[in-house]
Amino acid sequence: MKPADEIVISKPENWLPLLEQSVHEVFQIMLNSKLEPADQAQNDADPDDFTSMVGLAGDLCGVLTLRCTTKSALRMTSLMLGVDSDKPDEQMWDAIGEICNMIAGNFKNKLPGVGDRCMLSVPTVITGGDYSYHSLADAGRMEIRCSFEKELVIVALEIHS
Amino acid sequence: MKKVCALIVDDSSVMRKIVERSLRQAGIDLSEVKEASNGAEALSVVTQGGVDLILCDINMPVMDGLEFLRQLQAVESAKSVPVVMITTEGNESHVVQALSVGARGYIRKPFTPDQVKQHVIPVLEKQ
Repeated sequence: MKPADEIVISKPENWLPLLEQSVHEVFQIMLNSKLEPADQAQNDADPDDFTSMVGLAGDLCGVLTLRCTTKSALRMTSLMLGVDSDKPDEQMWDAIGEICNMIAGNFKNKLPGVGDRCMLSVPTVITGGDYSYHSLADAGRMEIRCSFEKELVIVALEIHS
Repeated sequence: MKKVCALIVDDSSVMRKIVERSLRQAGIDLSEVKEASNGAEALSVVTQGGVDLILCDINMPVMDGLEFLRQLQAVESAKSVPVVMITTEGNESHVVQALSVGARGYIRKPFTPDQVKQHVIPVLEKQ
């Protein structure tokens, strides 16, 4: 029989705090940065300079996305590498792809029994916001809006049944 | 501890740099750092000799980290080089698989330099 906390965690409606914890841990550990909750103005905003995506397949199917501005993507790259990064380049795409990948991995590893049977895709990074996104995920969407050095970052997970 | 030539295997160049920095922060005296972006490249580098330590990701294109470990066991001159996995695939089955095909340690991403130190130093001390 599964322990009670494992049963609770296994329900997607209870995953939002785990996703939030996964996002905070990656920023804290890899960027030494403490995320703050998004403020009111940020709650209505939509940063669409860059979108990083990682697919999940197996017992947990879906897609995890991270959206941010150019300014925050450059800052994340600088913090990860410990060097100044002042213009978008391959290194920046690589960095935000890896952040998205680590959030996805960290999240699935928090779900008992799911991590073993769920694989991650390599990350994809889209530049610009002039695109339409049609996910086949049909079992819910959760979103974390947070402030990274006063810039809005949105992490979302869409789940396929 | 003697100087160490490390091979870092990851398809992300950013992660390779972070792993190198973490090794230095862990106090490991690196004589040289070699890089590979997948298991096949890593096999080619390691068969040339001179590598003392391998840090390897699992999810990579061309050849993943677990297949690299399996094929490394067939390379007589390199099969004793210690391999520590550094990966987002932190679940138990991956850890068991990696250890069963020769990995000496396992670090989950995200990781701190302290975790690198904690897992890599004992492996080097046993060599």
